[in-house]
Parts: sequence; C-alpha cells; structure tokens
Amino acid sequence: MTSLVEALIIFPAVVALFLALLPKSSSKAITQSITTVAMVALLIAAAVIAVTFKAGFSGYQFVSSYSWIPAFGISWKMGVDGISLFLVVLTAVIFPIAYIGAGEKGNSKSFAAWLLLLEAACFGSFLSIDLFAFFVTFELTLIPAYFIIGSWGYEKSGPAAIKFFIYTFLGSALLLVGMLALVFIHASQGHPITFDITKLTNTTMASSTEKWLFAAFTAAFAVKAPMFPFHTWSPDAYRQSPTAGVMVLAAVMAKLGTYGILRFDLSLFPHATIAFTPLILTLAVIGIIYGAIVAAGEKDVKRMLAYSSLSHMGFIILGIFGLTSIGAAGGVLQMINHGIYTAALFLLVGYLYAKTDIFDMSKMGGLQKKLPILAGIFTLFVMASVGLPGLSGFVGEFMILLGTFSGHRWWAVVGATGVILSAVYMLWSYQQIFHGSKEMALAEDSTSKSLDLSVRQISVLAPLVLLVVLVGVYPRPLLSRITPSVNALISHVDAAKNAPAAIAKLNVSGKVTH
Amino acid sequence: MNSLLVLVPVLPLAGFFINLFFGARLPKKVSGALATVAVGIAFVIAVIEYSHLLSLASANRVIDTNLFTWFAGGALTIHFGLYLDPLSSVMILFVTGVATLIHAYSIAYMEHDPRMKTFFVYLNLFVFSMLVLVLANNFVVAFLGWEGVGACSYWLISFWFDRDSAASAGKKAFIINRVGDFGYLLGMFYIFDIVKSLDYHNVLGSALGSGSLAISPHQATVIALLLFVGAAGKSAQVPLFVWLVDAMEGPTPVSALIHAATMVTAGVYLMARIAPIIHLSTVASTTIAIVGVSTAFIAAMAATAQNDIKKVLAYSTVSQLGYMFLGIGSGAYVAAIFLMVTHAFYKALLFLGSGSVIHAMNDEQDIKKMGALYKVMPITGFTFVIAWLSIAGLPPFSGFFSKGDVLLAAYSKSPILWLVGAVTAVLTAYYMGREVYLVFFGGARYKEAGDFHPHESPKLMTYPLIILAVLSILGGLMNLGFSSGTDFLTNWLVPVFGSAERQLSFGSGTKAILEIGDIVFAAIGIFLASRVWLRSAINPALERDILRRGWGVDEFLNLLFSRQGEKLADELNGFVDPLVIDGAVVGGAKLVRSSAGVMRLLQNGYVRSYALVISLGMVVLLGYVVTRASF
Repeated sequence: MTSLVEALIIFPAVVALFLALLPKSSSKAITQSITTVAMVALLIAAAVIAVTFKAGFSGYQFVSSYSWIPAFGISWKMGVDGISLFLVVLTAVIFPIAYIGAGEKGNSKSFAAWLLLLEAACFGSFLSIDLFAFFVTFELTLIPAYFIIGSWGYEKSGPAAIKFFIYTFLGSALLLVGMLALVFIHASQGHPITFDITKLTNTTMASSTEKWLFAAFTAAFAVKAPMFPFHTWSPDAYRQSPTAGVMVLAAVMAKLGTYGILRFDLSLFPHATIAFTPLILTLAVIGIIYGAIVAAGEKDVKRMLAYSSLSHMGFIILGIFGLTSIGAAGGVLQMINHGIYTAALFLLVGYLYAKTDIFDMSKMGGLQKKLPILAGIFTLFVMASVGLPGLSGFVGEFMILLGTFSGHRWWAVVGATGVILSAVYMLWSYQQIFHGSKEMALAEDSTSKSLDLSVRQISVLAPLVLLVVLVGVYPRPLLSRITPSVNALISHVDAAKNAPAAIAKLNVSGKVTH
Repeated sequence: MNSLLVLVPVLPLAGFFINLFFGARLPKKVSGALATVAVGIAFVIAVIEYSHLLSLASANRVIDTNLFTWFAGGALTIHFGLYLDPLSSVMILFVTGVATLIHAYSIAYMEHDPRMKTFFVYLNLFVFSMLVLVLANNFVVAFLGWEGVGACSYWLISFWFDRDSAASAGKKAFIINRVGDFGYLLGMFYIFDIVKSLDYHNVLGSALGSGSLAISPHQATVIALLLFVGAAGKSAQVPLFVWLVDAMEGPTPVSALIHAATMVTAGVYLMARIAPIIHLSTVASTTIAIVGVSTAFIAAMAATAQNDIKKVLAYSTVSQLGYMFLGIGSGAYVAAIFLMVTHAFYKALLFLGSGSVIHAMNDEQDIKKMGALYKVMPITGFTFVIAWLSIAGLPPFSGFFSKGDVLLAAYSKSPILWLVGAVTAVLTAYYMGREVYLVFFGGARYKEAGDFHPHESPKLMTYPLIILAVLSILGGLMNLGFSSGTDFLTNWLVPVFGSAERQLSFGSGTKAILEIGDIVFAAIGIFLASRVWLRSAINPALERDILRRGWGVDEFLNLLFSRQGEKLADELNGFVDPLVIDGAVVGGAKLVRSSAGVMRLLQNGYVRSYALVISLGMVVLLGYVVTRASF
C-alpha cells in the first residue's frame, strides 16, 4: 500500500514528462488515451487506499519514508490520515472528470501534461508529512495552474493568470520564511534538524514568535483558499480559466488552503491558533456573508460561483477555528462536498457556454425549456450547494455550525445567515439562466443531435451526481475515518489551552503499519 | 410492523425514482396512476399502522426505531430513525389520504400539460419528504423532510417556469422559508448544547424532567421561540406569510396539497411535537398565541378584498393556520391538530373546487368575472358550499367542532385572544360567503366575455371533491366534545401531550354559551355576505386597496430587504470588491514591489520563464528522489 502512496505522486509526474517528450506529430488519440488511462489508474489507486485505510485510527497510514537531503533533515515522508484521505480521493475523482469534461482542449499534449503534473503536485501536498516536501509540492501546483489558466483560458486570461500567480507566490514566500524559521528554532533547541511535521509539533516558542509564524503560514493558505480579504484574485482567475482549470482550481486547489490551515496551523502553532481564533472566525464570517452578497450582485455566472466559493470557504474555516471535533470534522467533510458540487457546477456552466457562448446571466433566460436535462442536473447541484439535507453539503455545514455554536456561539449565529443568503444568490442565478419567457438561440452541439446534454456529457457528470447523493445520504464511512484524526488535532489544541508553555505534543500513537 | 412502517415514506420515494428514470417511456396516465397508487398504498399501510397502535395499551403507543446512522462525529450521532406515536399516526393518515385524492385529481387536471410526468415526479418526492418530516424520530431527520418539502414547493410553484411571476414566486417561497429554517437550525444547535442530543426521546424527556439534563424555563423559551421562527416561515405566519399568497402561481392541485392541506401545517406539527418544551415557557406560548391570532385576523381581513379565486383561499389558509397557532399557544394541542386535519379536508376541497372552476372557466381566476356557476357545475358547487359552511363553523360541519375547541382554549387563556378569534370567525364566514356568492350565485357575469359554456369537470376530478365533502361533514366525529367518551382524538393524543394540554378553566355553562356564540358569529358572517354580494358584485367600500395588497406587507418587506439588498449587492460587487478590497491588497503588494526586485522581475514578463525554471527544477528534484528511493 505504501507504494500506492508513492505512485500517486510519481506516476502522474512521469506520465506528464512522457507526454511532454512525445513528438509533436503524435496523434490526439494517443494523448487522450494515455492521459485518461493514467488518471483512471490514479483513481483506482486512490480508491484502493481509501478502502484499505483503517478507520478508527488518528495517525498516518501507508507511510513512505526515505531520507532525502540528510544534511538539512529533509526527508521524503508521505502518508495519509483521516484528514487527507478523502482530499486525495477527491483529487483523484475530479481530475479525470475535469480532463474528460474539458473536451477538445484535452487533445493538446501540453495541456494534458500540465494537468497531470498539477495532479501529482496536489497529491504531494495532501500526502506530505515532511514540511519541505509539502512546500515543494504546494509551490509546484502554481506553475501548471498558471499555464492552464494563461494559455487555455478565455479572452483576458493573461492578466488573470499573472494576478493569480503573484498573489499565491507572495503567500508562498511568507510560507517559506515561516517554515525555515520554525525548523531553525526547533533545531536550535537541541533537536536534530528536521522538517518532519510530527516532530516539529514539540517546538517551544515565545508567544510572539509563534504568532508571527502562524501569520506567515496562514497568509499562504488564506490566499489559496481563498479567505476574505485575500480573495480578489479568484473571481478573475476562475472566470478566465478553461473549464477543466477552474474545476481543479475551485474543487481541489482551494482545499490546499483550508487543508494547510487545519494541518499546519493547528498542529504547529496551537497557542497562536487560540490567540487568533476571534480574528479568523470574524474573517470567516465576513467571508460567508460578504461572498454571498457579492455573488447576489454578480451577473457573470463563473464569477458568481467564485464568490459563492468564497462564502463556502468561510464556512470551512469557521468549522476549523470553532476548535471543536464536530465542527472541524464538518469542515473536512465540507471540503469534500464543496469539491463535488463546485466541480459539477463549473462543468455544467462550461457545457452551457458551449451552447450559448456567454457567461452573462442577465442575457440568458428560459433555458430549462430547451435544456431540461441540463437544467435538472443543474438544479440538483444548486440544491446541494445551498445545503439541502439529503445531498452532500448539508451534513458538513450542519456539523460546522453546530460545533462552532457550542464554543463560539455568536460567530455561528451570524455565519448561519449564510444559509439564507446562499438560497438568495443560487436561486436567483438559476432563475436568470433557466426560468422566464426568454427564447434564446442555442448553438448545435456537434456531437449530439439534440440541443440538450449528450450521453457522453451525462456520463461525465454521472459520478458527481452519484457522489452528491451518496455522501449526502450516507456520509458515515467518510466521517468515521475523518473524525479520529480531527479529534487528535483538536485535543492537541485543547492541551495547549491548558498548558501555557508550548510543550504539548501531538499524539501520533494511533499510527498503523502495514 | 416496523418494516411495514418504513414503506410509508419509501413507497412515494419509489414512485419518484420510477417516474424520474422511466417516466419518459411510460404513457402519461400510467405515470400518473403509478404515482397515485404509490401514495395510495402508503395510505393503506398508514391505516394498518394506526390499527396496530390502537391495539397497544395507551402508554405503549410509541414505536421508536433507528434504521441506520446518518452521520456522527464527536459527541454528535444522528440516526435515520422513525417515530410512530398517536400524533405522527394521525399525521401520516391524513397526509397520505389527502395526497392520494389530490394525486388522482391531478391525473385529470394536468392531462393537457406537456410536463405532466415531471409534475408527478415532484409530487411523489413531496409526499416522501412530508412523511419523513412527520415520521422522524429526531429534529435533524425532520429537518431533512422540512427542507425537502420546501424544495418541492419551490419546484412546484415555479412549475410553469416560463411565467416570470411563477419563477419569482417559487424563489420567494424558498428564501422566506429559509429565513424560518435559520431559526430552526439555531434551535437545534441550542438544544444540542443543553441536552447533547437531538432525538425527540431525549429532548422531550429532558423537558419533562425525566432526563439527566433538564431544560430550564428560560432555555425552553429560547428553544421554543427559535423553532417557532421556523414554524412561522413554513406555516406562513406574520410577517413571513407573504410567500404563501404568491405560491398560488403553482398548479391548483399543488396549492391544495402543499399550500393548504399538508406542508404549511408542518410548523403546527413541529410546535405540537415540542409541546412539553412550550409548556415550560409562558413567554413562548403567549407569543405563539398572539402571533397566531394576529395572523388569523390580518389574513382574514385581506381575504375579504381579494378577487382571485385562489388568493381568497390563500389568505384564508394563512388565517386558519393562525387559528392553529392560537390553539398551540393556548395549550390546546389536540384542538390545533383537530383543526389541522379538518382544515386539510375542507381547504383541499375548496382548492380542488376552485381548480375545477378554473378548468371550466378556461383559466379565468377573477371571481368578478364568474357568477351563477352552480347551475352548470352542480357537483363542484355543492361540495364547495359544504366546504364553506364547514370553514365558517356551522354545525354539524367539522369546522364548527375544531375551531370551536381552539376558541374555547383561547378564552381559557385570555378573553382578548378569544375576542380577536371570534371577530375573525365572523370575517371567515363573510369572505368565504363572498367567494361562494360571486362564483356560484348571482348573475352569470362570465357571459359578458362572449359566448362561453362552462361545464362540470370529469369524474376523476369530481370524485375526490365528493369524498372530501363527506370528510368535511363527518370530520367533526373525530372529536365530539359532548362527553369524554366521544372525544376520540383527545383520548388518542393525551399520551403525547400529557400535562401540556390545557384543562379548561370554566364550567359547562360558559362552554355552552361560547359554543352558541360560535354559531352566531358564523351566521352573522354568512348573513352579511349574502346581503352584500348576492345583490352586487361591485362594492368598492368593502374592498379596500390596502387590504387587497395584503396590508402592504409584501411591498414593505420588498422595500426594506430586496431593494436595499440589491443596492448593497451591486455596490459591493461593482465598487467595493474590485476597487476597495482588491485595491488595498494590490496597493500593499505595490508597496512591496517598489522595494523588492523580485516583484519587478515577475511583472516584467519574466513570469513564464521563471515559472518554467521552477517547475523544471521541481521535476528534476522529484526525479532525484525517485532514483534515491528505488535504488
């Protein structure tokens, strides 16, 4: 099983390299089949990991560990725990759907190669137990994402890609400084130099130092998620990205931010986490409400979804910083849920664009008449996104709010207004696109006689439809794996609450070996 | 019996799936019949379950069963579980019963609609959600049903989505319901904070003092009022009632089923469910009673000035729901449920009757353009009149008994509540009389529009009318307050409400006077209506514009929230986000740039090459790792 973890990172990178080295004359079919097969293989690997993962343990499983640059204590240490497990699965599910759903762009060799490299980097970020390895893979996501937005995006994708790059790069620079400072402080305390996060948790720091480092780490993650007020790159980047790009960006890469916050902020800087909780909770709640209101005023459907994501990310951060097991587990579950319905909505919007040639909702209308299947699937994901019980989206949101309510009541109360606001902007958008008496001329789809979704398009969406219902009705298998790891993390923070000096140590005794 | 009970919600769900996936291949009528049969069998099972409960000793009439664990984390465990007790058994009986009739009616009513099958898909999903709502054994599963009926209501109100008004009405219903749901959610969070559970068994146990974690009166106030916000949204109480009037944009069977008989009563059911909690708090019960009676009066006044046949009924429903909350707030839980059931009969009948009229009038809904239809539509007319007498509260029709019980309890709580309720009773008899006279009697004003021949509806539509008319007449038999042996519903529900149910504080003499009063009020209303509306269809002095516009509540809320909200959204979207927020962050970055060479490098077009170098470097590093790792 350990080798599967390794394969998730190395295999797509190697395939990407192989594609890059293929002669220019090689056919589209070769690119397509190689990429598809590779991504499906990765999906199977991730599924095998998920199935064999032992529920009820908090520690890392399937750990692959090799010394890498011993002089600096850098190691290749990869593994999966309850927090990262389903993010890995989500990554493995979204990429092939994004690739196949992207249509003709997938014919491009370099597009496929960048996408595979991005997948490798995402897997690496979620799997890294070594801080250096995390930083490298976290950074590495930036480059393929930059090229996918910049080279295959819409009319103004160039500036959007640069904005995206600069924002995230600045965040990463802070992360790099913070990471090195942490490692040096840890080493200066008589410990052997290491980047292993399970060892770095016992670093003793002055309170002010811890806060600075917390801020440096959080800045990088807050941009990536994005979290208010560091979100302004995202409407442009989401709007200008090609469909596959925005699916990956919103569904998977955004989770690197929230995952980073949960994994690193809470375990490495528990005191600072507690100290910053009111501030971060406030920003999260502002994000929920602000994102929703701006989304309600947005005419462009992709930008609307970008602001909607800002609002949903606010919920996830709220759950994490509520600092309860229930809320944080809800936060992790919500990362998965948001990934599912956001990917689906962006894919549907991509299909819609192929038929209408616009993203401007104020110019759309009445499309449910001509596109009943597309509208039907759209309405399903709209309902998932507004948190209708029975669909994925509800349980996460519910646990987040319930958990946060017990310790940080008023933030939860204000945040819960997001439940009303999400209905406002989602239903208003749906009405603008699909309802009303307007008659729109639609482009014929070359692959299908009917105007509506083709069988191929429906089958690309089918896994997401299935997941959105399954996870909504029976999220237990996910929660029973997520919860132990989250519990360990939260009790680590709780221990810091009781111990003013930073001597608390993350309990990793639940580790399982295979 | 447990396995059978599961079938009650599962059958409509199966109907939903079959029609969703295979409906396209089925003939229209088959698809409609299938949906009807699914609900019909659910009704039969509900009857079996009822008789099963009946066979048990009254203290043992609870089946509390967990099917599977829905989700769990930390101290929270939510089971997907069912709870059959006398209260929920009454609910599933009337929900499935009325739903079956309305399904059958819809087969004829929607016959010419090209999306008839979609209609039944939603309708079955609605019944499933409604049954989950009433059968849940905890607040969260009930919330699943609660939100599910809300979503179906949204889809069905905007069923004719190419009408902008229908689309907006659906959206509005969902959003206003969400305002209520906000209260419901907070109520659940607060309960969990206190009781550490959301199962009815534990929560109500705590309210009754039997659990280890008791609910204090103050906490009970907070819980009851938060959940009441939810109830007020779903059951259209002041000021959240505005959505229900617009909801009349939906097809008429939808108005009958969802917006009269079943969904809108969910709030009343929820309040009855938490009776032990409300019982702990006088603040909560009084608030509920005041909101209820105010809603009853305000909506009844508005109903007197409506010209749309369905809008009269919509305001009437709001008003009747207000009565039910008056009952809840007065501690008359049995009466509230009694009124809910009888109201389901006569209001469903009124809506289906109005649908029959609309059908006959080629979609004309203005009662001023009707008149004298009794002669051409005798069955519709006759059953409509029965429903009118029932809602007006004349004996021996069912409304007399159920509304009478509510008013008795209101009097027992406070004569002021009773007085407003009594005035509303006059208004009720009056506005329904106005509708009956303008539609079925007087001059045949429809003839002014040209040569036009309204006709009676087909049997599939009139049979449900007849059945509902019989139920409207006989419904009172459920709970005859003459002696303790004949108030069957009270005896049935006593184990559920226990000490929360109010005991009347006065003797049988006062009771008799009050009951005679009820008859007098109904008679006054009917008399006034006949004096005015049998003679002339135009009486502007009695149809004030402000009442027709529902007291302007809708416009007020629009001005306050929609307009301001839109302005805020446009402002934030067009100005604040792109300029202020982005500007601040970019400005900060520019400050950095002026001092840092790296940033200049990035912006000068080197990004690509820089990025490529990093990425290649990473790949080389990874390659290095691979070789180290494998050999």
